Amino acid sequence: MTETPPSVVIEGLSKRFDGPDGKPFEAIDNMSLTIRPGTLAAFVGPDGSGKTTLMRMMAGLLQPDDGSLHVLGIDLAEDPQAVQNRISYMPQRFGLYEDLSVQENLDLYADLHGVPQDVRSERFSRLLAMTDLAHFTGRPAGKLSGGMKQKLGLACTLVRVPDLLLLDEPSVGVDPLSRRDLWEIIKQLIAEEGLSVIVSTAYMDEAGRCDHVFVLNGGRLLAEGTPADLTARAKGLTYVVTPQDGVPARNLQARLIDAPDLVVDAVPAGGRVHFIRQPDSDEARLHALLPDCDPQPRKEELEDAFMLLLHQQDTPGQDASTPPPLASQEIHGPTNGHGEGPVILVRDLVRRFGDFTAVANTSFDVARGEIFGLLGPNGAGKTTTFRMLCGLLPATSGELQVAGVNLRTARSAARARIGYVAQKFALYSNLTVYENLDFFGGAYGLRGARRRKRVEEIICQFELDPSAQSGNLPLGYKQRLAMAAGLLHEPEILFLDEPTSGIDPLARRAFWRTITALAQAGVTVVVTTHFMEEAEYCDRIAIQDAGRLLAIGTPQQVREESGLEGGHMNEAFIAIVEKARAEEGQAQEAA
Amino acid sequence: MNHSAFLTRLIALIRKETRQMLRDRSNLLVGLLLPVGLILLFGYGLSFDVKNAPVAIVMEDTSAAAREAVSGIEGSRYLVPVRTTSMREAEDLLTSGRVDAIVRVPIDFAQAQARGDARIQLILNGIDSTTARSLEAYVGGALGTVSLRRLDRGTGVPGSSGSVEIVQRTWFNEAGISTWYLVPGLVVLIMTLVGAFLTSMLIAREWERGTLEALFVTPVRPLELVLAKLAPYLLVGVVDLAICIVAARVLFQVPIRGSLLAIFLTSVAYLIVSLLLGLFISGITRNQFAASQMALLTSFMPALMLSGFVFDLRNVPLVVKIVSQIVPATHFMGVIKTLFLAGTNWTMVAQSCAIMLGYALLLLALTWRTVRKRLD
Repeated sequence: MTETPPSVVIEGLSKRFDGPDGKPFEAIDNMSLTIRPGTLAAFVGPDGSGKTTLMRMMAGLLQPDDGSLHVLGIDLAEDPQAVQNRISYMPQRFGLYEDLSVQENLDLYADLHGVPQDVRSERFSRLLAMTDLAHFTGRPAGKLSGGMKQKLGLACTLVRVPDLLLLDEPSVGVDPLSRRDLWEIIKQLIAEEGLSVIVSTAYMDEAGRCDHVFVLNGGRLLAEGTPADLTARAKGLTYVVTPQDGVPARNLQARLIDAPDLVVDAVPAGGRVHFIRQPDSDEARLHALLPDCDPQPRKEELEDAFMLLLHQQDTPGQDASTPPPLASQEIHGPTNGHGEGPVILVRDLVRRFGDFTAVANTSFDVARGEIFGLLGPNGAGKTTTFRMLCGLLPATSGELQVAGVNLRTARSAARARIGYVAQKFALYSNLTVYENLDFFGGAYGLRGARRRKRVEEIICQFELDPSAQSGNLPLGYKQRLAMAAGLLHEPEILFLDEPTSGIDPLARRAFWRTITALAQAGVTVVVTTHFMEEAEYCDRIAIQDAGRLLAIGTPQQVREESGLEGGHMNEAFIAIVEKARAEEGQAQEAA
Repeated sequence: MNHSAFLTRLIALIRKETRQMLRDRSNLLVGLLLPVGLILLFGYGLSFDVKNAPVAIVMEDTSAAAREAVSGIEGSRYLVPVRTTSMREAEDLLTSGRVDAIVRVPIDFAQAQARGDARIQLILNGIDSTTARSLEAYVGGALGTVSLRRLDRGTGVPGSSGSVEIVQRTWFNEAGISTWYLVPGLVVLIMTLVGAFLTSMLIAREWERGTLEALFVTPVRPLELVLAKLAPYLLVGVVDLAICIVAARVLFQVPIRGSLLAIFLTSVAYLIVSLLLGLFISGITRNQFAASQMALLTSFMPALMLSGFVFDLRNVPLVVKIVSQIVPATHFMGVIKTLFLAGTNWTMVAQSCAIMLGYALLLLALTWRTVRKRLD
């Protein structure tokens, strides 16, 4: 074993790309690292940190601009094919042929890797059993669910035992249940076949399962070590604080995160607030920040260390990581209040597409000034529900009232009172920030001096650069602009569809800080998200699966319902969805 | 060992491409139904022949000689005479498009004929110059038939129409039927369309769906990828070729005077060039929409306009002539027309195949570069 070369040796590696503004930027910046064979290693970092670029370079798909890269002892610059013959690589989009069946996909990759016929049947049956796909061998890959596709993608890379397995963000866009299954398969293969695996991920809990973790940001290696080593960096800095009765945890969280010289990071969790203090922060000032509260030390986690590392590297004023100082300004809330009572009222909502029921018998209310979260696995009906609420899609049956207006009869009247931020921010990338806002102001019916005034106000509130070209903005900044556009006409309700997907954790904190400020100003916010921990910012959440509403209530109530009171939202979510699916299965068997 | 691994991979990839092709309805539709549609459209719809053209006849002279002079028009299967009473009426008909030509027999026709100086006026609608030229020939022919008959009967005045008689004969397309001329050209168009248009999707689709990224990190070699994509569509192209030949023979009675083997060889050579052009476009654009647009612009349009399909290349400006020589379709067009209508000229076949081989090798090398297992 001693003569086995390291899986990967990287020395002084650099890779430059042209940015959207035409200027080159360093996707990988003078990086050096070594990965031992027979280990499970993880590259962790926010989006845009260089994980995928690094993976592609290790697979011989991108040529380095500087430095050297050896995989399995072979210099990639000299013989990429020799490396490609021995490794397996699963790109983010799995690389499946959607019009070929599960079996045909497996056969194709087995043929390409030259897997002998005699070992094939045993290998296939093992992979199919492990991935739970044995019943679907004849089904076209395009007709599989997201989680199943991902498992098939993994199976295709494992038609033979590779000397090194590269998985590029295998769990991105996949619901928590499928994510858990995937990791079980990987763990099992490592235990049974001694695989060397390198995985890239944005999820800390996944990184925590690995032997060795490399933390990347901005193309640079911030730190490396075992999860325990890295976690220890946050030792003694982590606390938990309980807000006073009646105060939402997110308000306390907002207060903490607004003091960056004292607090590195703060997140709401289970009705309380987890925070990390600055190592050199003044004890007295910290207590002054938390009157009548008693912060308790809390066991540090890998996530804490990660946030600490990101903040240490992050230079102030960079990107969208600093939230606009909305809290200190007056926010234009709803001007035409309708008194108390629910601002959104949904009764027995149903939406069918042909035979397929996308949303079944759903009822809920949202109160004024509430932050309401819609959570669910892919295909659960979140987006369909959302579109019906925004008046973009008519309901098949049921009652739907938004801002006191019945959406089935007066859709355009309701639309004037809502703001909508689509998942793929609907911005014109070749227009400037000002031109975009001016256009959307006009689209929402604002005219003349009033439009100019609102655009000026919103540019000021969100600290936008009016002359910047929208297409060149970083993602977090674009997200901010999209939200600003949705707020131009001072809507009572703001709908946000997956607003934080693809945005790095610092920008996500800033985003939620803005949402908190909006809610304090009385704007009702409805948001969908696949980051379970973000449910903690919501007043109430609804969990959907297969079109049905499984649970609704405050994050705390939902957690209690799942029977996992102290646990992470993620686990509570899995428990609820699994329970519902099991019941469904039993009902089907009985019938 | 190495050789068999190459074959295993190639066969696996060909199987994959064939399955994808068969499962993609729209692709098959373009591959098999579009050629049939084109044959019917161009074969029946596009014709330069004039049939049953209405011709106004103004008889200012009603003598027997005058009536006999225009009787040929009634006998012609290309012309339909429309009797009118005055020149005014005839002009109205021509202006309103109800007749394509006016034949006017002047009032002194009989006397002039006796003098050997008879004239008949023919007025043509020049808006459609192709039709006008055809009509000119038909009317001339119809009137000429009469004078020949008169000569037979010996009632004519010998030598009065000049001492030189032109004996005209058109070779290869004796009747001047335009479908004979168009249908072989259609083979070129269909080979171009099937080749470039269908394959233009193939590499681009894999880029768009991210499947190439996974495929690259396997023992696959770039050449295998290109060859595997070529094979199933070559088969579709050969089927289309067969459809074209059968349609040419059965539907349009185009003679096939050259050898079928020669037609097959030159067509397949051109088909390969066409397929590779599509693949190359697909590889450089990496985007299905852009690829299909580019394939139409760079292969089908030049094949339609610059290859000599319709327009004679000898009459075009030098620059256009040079450009047309770069278009592979031009070299195929000349050969295939000769093979259908004139007969086998092996020198021409060999020359064409050599040119196609050159193009094929160039495009293969270029396409190879587009799938050289790099994302940057």
